[in-house]
Amino acid sequence: MRICVLVKQVPATDKVKIDESTGTMIRTEMEAELNPLDMYAVEEAIRVKERLGGKARVTAISMGPLMAIDAIRDAISMGCDDGYLLSDKLLAGSDTWATSYALSKAIEYLGGFDLIFCGERATDGETGQVGPSVASWLGIIPLTYVSKIEEIGDGYIRVWRAVEGGYEVVETGLPVLLSVVKEINEPRLPNLAGKLKAKEAKIPILTAETLGLERRMIGLEGSPTRVVKIFYPKLSRNGRIMSGKNPQEAVDELIKFLAEKGII
Amino acid sequence: MLADFSSFKGVWTLGEQREGKISSVSYELLNWGRGLADKLGVELSSIIIGYKIEGVEELIYRGADRVYIVDHPLLERFTPDAYARVLEALVKEYKPEVFIASATTLGRTVMPVLAARIGTGLTADCTGLDIEPETRLLLQTRPAIGGNVMATIKTPNHRPQMATVRPRSRKPLPRDPSRRGEIIFKEYPEDLYKSKINFLRFIKDDTLETPLHEADIVVSGGKGLKGEKNFQMLHELARLLGGAVGASRSAVDMGWISYPHQVGLSGKTVTPKLYMAIGISGAVQHLAGMSSSETIVAINSDPDANIFKVCDFGIVGDLFEVIPVLIERIKKYKEERGND
Ligand SMILES: Cc1cc2nc3c(=O)[nH]c(=O)nc-3n(C[C@H](O)[C@H](O)[C@H](O)COP(=O)(O)OP(=O)(O)OC[C@H]3O[C@@H](n4cnc5c(N)ncnc54)[C@H](O)[C@@H]3O)c2cc1C
Ligand SMILES: Nc1ncnc2c1ncn2[C@@H]1O[C@H](COP(=O)(O)O)[C@@H](O)[C@H]1O
Repeated sequence: MRICVLVKQVPATDKVKIDESTGTMIRTEMEAELNPLDMYAVEEAIRVKERLGGKARVTAISMGPLMAIDAIRDAISMGCDDGYLLSDKLLAGSDTWATSYALSKAIEYLGGFDLIFCGERATDGETGQVGPSVASWLGIIPLTYVSKIEEIGDGYIRVWRAVEGGYEVVETGLPVLLSVVKEINEPRLPNLAGKLKAKEAKIPILTAETLGLERRMIGLEGSPTRVVKIFYPKLSRNGRIMSGKNPQEAVDELIKFLAEKGII
Repeated sequence: MLADFSSFKGVWTLGEQREGKISSVSYELLNWGRGLADKLGVELSSIIIGYKIEGVEELIYRGADRVYIVDHPLLERFTPDAYARVLEALVKEYKPEVFIASATTLGRTVMPVLAARIGTGLTADCTGLDIEPETRLLLQTRPAIGGNVMATIKTPNHRPQMATVRPRSRKPLPRDPSRRGEIIFKEYPEDLYKSKINFLRFIKDDTLETPLHEADIVVSGGKGLKGEKNFQMLHELARLLGGAVGASRSAVDMGWISYPHQVGLSGKTVTPKLYMAIGISGAVQHLAGMSSSETIVAINSDPDANIFKVCDFGIVGDLFEVIPVLIERIKKYKEERGND
């Protein structure tokens, strides 16, 4: 079985800068990490391989600047067999439409996969759109919000999808793309052997030319959406703070406040 | 190069149904759509796909000028392949200039599939939508990076302009049964409806009294609760207020409550009328999931806790003293009101 995981490198969540002129995130000079939600995708891919008695190969694929190679190394240290980085100046500024097009081309270039895993969403852009769009480009089924793989057999898979109010149990044929939620597993920590393997792994770089990407479909120019304004919301609310009051007094004030707001 | 988009007209909203009953997100979305359609001076249409869908006129009473309905046994449940094909066929035939859906698990699955198929942009999880008067373009505003940044996005050269909108970000318009509109039943060859997905069963999550995303009131607990059994207090409080129980990641990681309750960057985003943060410090990752709540109340023993900066009402105190008093007072308040 051929399995791949789409992993994204994201800025460490509490230190993010934005280029105000282009409205895109400044990805250099910034601490970056493997998208935390992608770790669940990596873990699940490895678990499927283990379930199949090792008869599978797990490939990590990422698109991003050269430094995104670290995200692939992180995935390999957890247990992926190999990895590819899709990196090219022409891809800079791609939105989810262009990104999913490029990733789907990389997947085709590598010969396709039976299972494609991705995270529920990336913690920077937070769209969750790339996975389903990749499936759409490839003409395969997206199973989103997967919280459990109940069964995986010869050419089919049965999963739980975490939807509003509960879980939907569905079955479909392979190939398939799965976006997984955090509930699905507990990602492992890389062991020493994994770390060593990741350090030494050769990670080929795929360019727009290698993949034969159409220029008008990638990068800022090829992206249908344009960021036109960036602003920083004021989170502070200057609320009323009850300090040094006994609980009875404080709660009385709270009840009054809630009643005035029409909440109770 | 400017493409000619004059054949694209009208605003569409994607309605949702479950077991034939139209979900409330469909009406919330019509409120957004109505505002946009009025600014553009065009018609507002609602799309609804399913089987034995009841009360379709309600979509008109809540703001639609037209309803396109595709009703077939094979469409009873959402499947991304069949639903995307139906939407593609509708969009290609009627050419809306704007098409919005709710950022539900359905909307967030089918819209990216559709966007790739028809070659247009899609903006996720918007909290604001408007029309730029000079260009008539849709301005799509959304939070990113855990709500630390807001971005306004346009789709200048592609149609339709598509976005998903955060559920509960608007109330439905008041019901107006005197409104008139057109209901159009569309049919396509059955092949279009056939999905490769087999639905087997639905498992209801009983641990959520009210689903978090639907609750008007969310009572959330954090590490300050110190243990699983103390969450009982929050369940009681939530029941009294008719709300749902949420939690910080720390509380979930400690195993005091299950993951579907987690609010924040790697959990759910909620925008209730009232959010109560109890024993939660207010880390940026937690704020990412709740900072756009209408009213925020915080209870924390540490006067310097970050949560006090973002709350409308805060109590500095020991939650183990405050919460029992609060529960008792709310009970009393309700009794008094009940006796009026
Ligand atoms: C990539 C990433 C994603 C994350 N995603 C999320 C997420 O989705 N959701 C989330 O919540 N967090 C998330 N976090 C974790 C986040 O950074 C914080 O660690 C977490 O929110 C802290 O939870 P807490 O407030 O319950 O715990 P703490 O920070 O330990 O705060 C507990 C609070 O309780 C108060 N307290 C203690 N005892 C009492 C008492 N008796 N009475 C009153 N108050 C008391 C304390 O003063 C303190 O302020 C994420 C972190 C990372 C790195
Ligand atoms: N540049 C990228 N490279 C590889 N995978 C990506 C990339 N962007 C998004 N993904 C995958 O798609 C998921 C959703 O991302 P997003 O749509 O950006 O929220 C992520 O969790 C990844 O699995």
